[in-house]
Amino acid sequence: MLAWTIYVSIAGALAARLAPSKQLARILALLAALSGLALSLTALAHWQPGQLVTVANVPWIPQLGISYHLAADGISLTLLLLTGIAATAGILFSWNINERTQEFFAFYLVLIAGVYGVFLSFDLFLLFVFYEIAIIPKYFLIAIWGSVPRDAAPGKEGSQREYAAMKLALYSFAGSALVLAGMVAAWVMSGSVTGTHTLDLQALAAIPFTQHFQMWAFPMVFVGFAVLAGMWPFHTWAPTGHAAAPTAASMLLAGVVMKLGAYGCLRVAMMLFPAGLNPWGFHVLGFGSWRDVIAVLAIIGIVYGASVALVQRDFKFIIGYSSVSHMGFVLLGLMTLTQIGLDGAVLQMFSHGIIAGLLFAVVGRMVYDRTHTRQLSELSPMRLAHVIPFAAVTFVLAAMASIGMPGFSGFVAEFQIIVGAWRTLPWMAAIAGAGILIGIAFTWRALTTVFFGERPAHAGADHGHPLPPITLPEKLGSLLLLVSTLTVGLYPAILTRLILPALQSPLFDGLRNGAWR
Amino acid sequence: MIPNTVSYSQLLRLTWPEIALTLAGILALALDLTVLGRASLAARLRAGVAVACAGCIAALFLLGSSAPFAGLPAGMFVVTPLTHVVQAALLALAIFTLLLSFSVRFTGHVGEYLALILFATVAMMFLVATQNLLLIFVALEFLSLSLYILTGFDKHSRQSAEASLKYFLFGGMSAGFLLFGMSLLYGLSRSIELPQIARALSLFLAQDPLLWVAIVMVAIGFGFKIAAAPFHLWAPDAYQGAPTVSAGFLASSSKVASFFIFAQVVTVALAPAAGSGAFRAYAPGWVPTLILIAALSMVVGNLAALAQTSLRRLLAYSAIGHAGYMLLGIIAHSPRGLSALLYYVITYALAVVGAFGVLGALEPEGIDRIADLAGLFRRAPGLALCLLIFLLSLAGIPPLSGFFAKFYIFSAALESEPNLGLLWLILLAVAMSAVSLYYYLRVLKAAYVAPAPEDLPRLRVSPATRLTLWVLAALVVLLGCAPSLLLNVIGLR
Repeated sequence: MLAWTIYVSIAGALAARLAPSKQLARILALLAALSGLALSLTALAHWQPGQLVTVANVPWIPQLGISYHLAADGISLTLLLLTGIAATAGILFSWNINERTQEFFAFYLVLIAGVYGVFLSFDLFLLFVFYEIAIIPKYFLIAIWGSVPRDAAPGKEGSQREYAAMKLALYSFAGSALVLAGMVAAWVMSGSVTGTHTLDLQALAAIPFTQHFQMWAFPMVFVGFAVLAGMWPFHTWAPTGHAAAPTAASMLLAGVVMKLGAYGCLRVAMMLFPAGLNPWGFHVLGFGSWRDVIAVLAIIGIVYGASVALVQRDFKFIIGYSSVSHMGFVLLGLMTLTQIGLDGAVLQMFSHGIIAGLLFAVVGRMVYDRTHTRQLSELSPMRLAHVIPFAAVTFVLAAMASIGMPGFSGFVAEFQIIVGAWRTLPWMAAIAGAGILIGIAFTWRALTTVFFGERPAHAGADHGHPLPPITLPEKLGSLLLLVSTLTVGLYPAILTRLILPALQSPLFDGLRNGAWR
Repeated sequence: MIPNTVSYSQLLRLTWPEIALTLAGILALALDLTVLGRASLAARLRAGVAVACAGCIAALFLLGSSAPFAGLPAGMFVVTPLTHVVQAALLALAIFTLLLSFSVRFTGHVGEYLALILFATVAMMFLVATQNLLLIFVALEFLSLSLYILTGFDKHSRQSAEASLKYFLFGGMSAGFLLFGMSLLYGLSRSIELPQIARALSLFLAQDPLLWVAIVMVAIGFGFKIAAAPFHLWAPDAYQGAPTVSAGFLASSSKVASFFIFAQVVTVALAPAAGSGAFRAYAPGWVPTLILIAALSMVVGNLAALAQTSLRRLLAYSAIGHAGYMLLGIIAHSPRGLSALLYYVITYALAVVGAFGVLGALEPEGIDRIADLAGLFRRAPGLALCLLIFLLSLAGIPPLSGFFAKFYIFSAALESEPNLGLLWLILLAVAMSAVSLYYYLRVLKAAYVAPAPEDLPRLRVSPATRLTLWVLAALVVLLGCAPSLLLNVIGLR
């Protein structure tokens, strides 16, 4: 049944493209996204902990041992839920798109279909196909409907977003080129080790690849996916991309697309080539394994992203860099290689997806679309807390979730990651903790400047013309996201009961029994 | 055992499809010169294309009903199921080309033009169905002659004449290289039949320096035909100057045929002298030679394409890059490699015919620079979508056929050496294919993102062109989603 999330999205894309009126296109797109969410929720309701549901498994290209294998375990289901929520909210927040509306929702839903596909694929080839399907719509969403910064030179409005779109597409494609090379190598090795070629993830996970092969295949594939997860120093596409994208696209980029990368790191790189994490047997500059290298990069991402966010003048860039910081936690969680750390990493994927979506919704839709500026210095005198109180309340809640206030999902996730790191990489846990503190600082700064700014001394009256009020779709979207983060924050077991059994399944045997124990 | 003498009736039976095609060509020529002499250009085109297409379809039927295994002595004519598939693909491509030439306006010599397309197709059908060096050379020259004329067919355009002359001069020279290489092979093996050459070479093997000379000469000769670097200099000018339909034909059909026969010559005749280009396991032979050419083509083609502003030149340089990828299929020299090569070259041909078809439909508007495409999504949404599909397929984006083609050919090449010896080459290929996305996206950016400069009217596209482009786009998507359809006929048996 879960496979219908993909099909419904594709059908929705076609329907929205062919819809005669803009309003109809919006409604059709919303229906498609809602049915995707409903399908995921139904699956959640019927879920038996620890199960691996095979949705479809038919030969696709039998000549090469490639099958159309869709399946879901707890990790997949968590991310499917996230996709459903983020997609629905994104459509609600792009209700005001009026230019080429039909095409917008068509590209949007193709992207969503690709994301569902990645999370459901249990064949590496199929996973890669869906992964790439998601790239091209991203490019067009940003290049055509992207938001233009106010300080852009006249006549050059388009060039910045085209630059951001192209940068994002090329980074994604460069990353997926690494993955493609790893996939081709895995296909050949599977043939030479077992005699029959396969790219089925379950089969590959059981193949004892040589240590030597895994030692170079792991970093190649991991880095290839991590580009999309915003790993430092390959993160630079993320802030520019987020900032230039239209609201819904930044919500999806930060909310879901970055998770594609992180999911690929876990599902492909770590699950198939766990021996790549083993110690090298020698030390270079204090690094003894790929695990050390990646963990340090993750730490740098956490601290660097937060520090850069602290000095940004553009509201959207602050949120963009905060994504880099929060995704650093995901990578750190993966590198702890403990149950609790991995669990925290998957939870953080979900949590950050929701929270980043909310933050971008406030910045892009509620504030920018009304004030047409993202500069802190220009927003501050507007005292938005008085003008659009709903946005202020939403942002306060989102900020609390983002800095890891207990009760919100961010706390559960980051706490688990820090605990996991404390057990295995103690000094890194300390630095990550410092990163959280910087996170509080930049969030606080953004919050106070934008919404609770000082009334300028010289101006007597409030800002000249009143801003349009918050619309119903915006309220619904905010509500959906807030409820999600609160639910998981107050009752994390709803997701951890999915994730933990999945991490204990035979698929991750290699990861549990590695030489680092 | 095949008897040593050939009766004419046997010859006739074997070559029915080619004969039908030749007759159709002559008929188109004759009709145009006699009956239709005074009719309007459009009417003459309609009649001519109808006759030519009927010929192609008749040839397809004759092909389908002929014996799957047959042959003439000395490898002069060899029919296998595989050659049948390639011939059918060539005929299909010819039909697409003919349908796209409905809107040709640059010449009054309709009959000659259509006849030349058919004759070139006949040459290609002979080319793929022979294992005899002499016939290979004759067919290749027949093909080249037709293509030289097709390239220069636009008599009013200086560019077209220049392109034709350049193509002809380079082509003539390369034919010399090829002939020299072939004569050396004959001298070494005392045979002009590919399997016999292999047998002879494996006996006295293989350190004769003359053999290396022969290999290099053959590689140069074919390298020119397939427009691989560093023998590619003619391609950008030819693609840019030639009439669009001719350029599309040149870039698709002739690639399919040339690659197939190139693979036959090196993998069959030179099998004992393969060598290896694996990392730390180098052995001299034709494989390292081709690896060099392939690597150069990928780098030169893709990097040069980045700098192009003309659409046709961009497609030409991208074709050079693609020739590099296709060579990987020959380098694999395995049955899987051949199947991957055929899948790649056939799907590539479909996409490239389509891309040139789109350009042809835009030609009356004078669109050749990338920037001229601005606003295409509004002026002709259908064309823009077709262009998107063709270019993304060339870039290797799933679920379009170009992606599976790349995956398959990379896998086949990587598999051919033990211990992933060719990994370095595959990494280079993958990196270059990431580069290629940039220039394809630049074109699509112009077509989809940039607003039209002023209010230009909607573009008018003739129904035949539109239908052909949609069929091609559908094929590109279909073969990408279900590669097994094609793999079943070209795959391992």
